[in-house]
Amino acid sequence: MIEFQSVHKQYGNGTVAVQDLSLTVEAGTITVLVGPSGCGKTTLMRMVNRMIDPSSGSVLLDGTDIRERDPARLRRGIGYVIQQAGLFPHRTVLDNVATVPRLFGNSRRDARRRAAELLERVGLPNDLGKRYPVQLSGGQQQRVGVARALAADPPVLLMDEPFSAVDPVVRADLQDELLRLQDELGKTVLFVTHDIDEAIKLGDRVAVLRQGGYLAQYAAPDDLLAEPADDFVTSFVGRDRGYRRLSFLDSQGVCPEQADTIRIGDTSADVPSRAGWVLALDHERRPRGWLLPDATVDGQLTENQLLAGGSLYTEGTSLRGALDAALSAPSGLGVVVDADGAYVGVVTARHVLDLIESRRRSVTTEGAVP
Amino acid sequence: MDARGRKGAPELIVNMIAWLADPAHWRGPEGVPAQMLLHLYYCVLSVGVAVVIAVPLGLYIGHTGRGGVFVVGVSNAMRALPTLGLVTALVMFLGLGVVPALAGLVILAVPAVLSGTHAGVRSVPTEAVDAARGMGMTPWQRLWQVELPNALPLLIGGVRSAMLQVVATAAVAAYVGLGGLGRILLGGLAVGEYDQMAVAALLIALLAVFLDGVLAALSRWVVPRGLVLANTATHDGS
Ligand SMILES: Nc1ncnc2c1ncn2[C@@H]1O[C@H](COP(=O)(O)OP(=O)(O)OP(=O)(O)O)[C@@H](O)[C@H]1O
Ligand SMILES: [Mg+2]
Repeated sequence: MIEFQSVHKQYGNGTVAVQDLSLTVEAGTITVLVGPSGCGKTTLMRMVNRMIDPSSGSVLLDGTDIRERDPARLRRGIGYVIQQAGLFPHRTVLDNVATVPRLFGNSRRDARRRAAELLERVGLPNDLGKRYPVQLSGGQQQRVGVARALAADPPVLLMDEPFSAVDPVVRADLQDELLRLQDELGKTVLFVTHDIDEAIKLGDRVAVLRQGGYLAQYAAPDDLLAEPADDFVTSFVGRDRGYRRLSFLDSQGVCPEQADTIRIGDTSADVPSRAGWVLALDHERRPRGWLLPDATVDGQLTENQLLAGGSLYTEGTSLRGALDAALSAPSGLGVVVDADGAYVGVVTARHVLDLIESRRRSVTTEGAVP
Repeated sequence: MDARGRKGAPELIVNMIAWLADPAHWRGPEGVPAQMLLHLYYCVLSVGVAVVIAVPLGLYIGHTGRGGVFVVGVSNAMRALPTLGLVTALVMFLGLGVVPALAGLVILAVPAVLSGTHAGVRSVPTEAVDAARGMGMTPWQRLWQVELPNALPLLIGGVRSAMLQVVATAAVAAYVGLGGLGRILLGGLAVGEYDQMAVAALLIALLAVFLDGVLAALSRWVVPRGLVLANTATHDGS
């Protein structure tokens, strides 16, 4: 557990970066610090490993004031990941990851064995260990950065915009990977970003900071979207917060219906007679696209005769995916698939909206706050 | 040995070969091998002393980030100094002899090594230094494990340019009493033996090339592979 107790930071040039701020980061959770550039996120985070000492106030780690700890030793017990990864260019990937175990006095062999384990953990192939940082892509470097921070199995992890320098697809991968790792490892993570979507996706709790180092709101992501504390938070979380909040509504009550389907390779004789949209599946029952109502099939059905489908909704995930699947499909029918990607059924936007409505009503009548 | 006055290039080469072929020039304390070794010795010694002084200083200044202005100031000021004037001034203060001449060479070598080392440490990516600090390296560990290895390419570059300057200047320093190939050069000048001067100049150049080659090999040996790759990668990119 990390506790900031009225911490305040004024730099030598008079800039106040953090304003009398108190915040508790619960053990075993991901807490995200989010806010516009220059609002003091990095400053606040770096107080935890004494890279920056507060001008006043104190930081407690598991109940003890970190000022009583030797900085170098304190830091070895805290994983640290930064935006540009900060890998050592002169060391191989494996030796980069082995650095902290070596600082702890492990033999080179043990440290490397541990490092190899971690590379696997963060989803990197083993032979990558022999390469040098310059031979890696940005996304791979970030994974190595995470592996290096985890190598000594620190209970606390500080991450300062670790994924902001990679493209959106890789970023999403890295975020999923972090969530997966966190499920396994249960670290106390303090994560800095200026991307509210990233904060909402990753955080168990999100602290929104405002220019000048003020804490504007500290809440679970769902609450942040439901009840922004003030105008600043409202504008910061963005216009489509209502839609994004659907990420937090579970799939309970979703009941897919059956659409007409056809298989790739079938002939026009197999097209169902009803004049409606027809969903084409491949031989593993994975959706491939839509056939227009009343369309005829020339010979065997091939993929070029199909209209591209919308996004797919995986059973059991949040309602945001279900609504998006319905809205993005040309047929207006959101395709529901199982975990293996095989067709289950379809849902309409109307169905999802009714579900949302009925839940809202039941909450209001019970008088509970969502 | 009747080579006197200006002659055509082919004749000069013939005469240089003749000079070199004369066994008398290869014997004794004034012979080519002895003077060459002496020259080599003085160069390596003065650059060695300069390294001992300038590398720790450069590392300290680069590591702490304090005194960068000093490094730039010192190296600019010293580059502007006329080398021979410096050596002469030292001899005038300290008297004729090997030590003042060598001191001159050391002073000559220091700026290049100092600014090479300093630039090397400053060239280490700030994120890598930040990560080193953040993961709990002590200042010493950071210096040895991160800053020094990453500074090596520029550091050795500084030593190489210092070495070239010193090899050339050591020859001129014969005029204030330092032994070495400069003796042969000045000896030729004194009696108007241009073949001998040409041979001496050639040997000095060869020595410079040789020493630079040795340092280049050393550089290949000690510079971490990751840095070599990083450099070629950025050159490919540009
Ligand atoms: N060493 C320093 N000296 C003086 N002012 C500083 C220093 N470091 C940061 N600041 C100032 O303190 C404020 C907060 O900086 P900080 O780096 O914590 O912001 P941030 O929220 O991490 O921003 P970003 O999202 O751009 O990384 C800024 O106004 C910045 O200019
Ligand atoms: Mg920052």
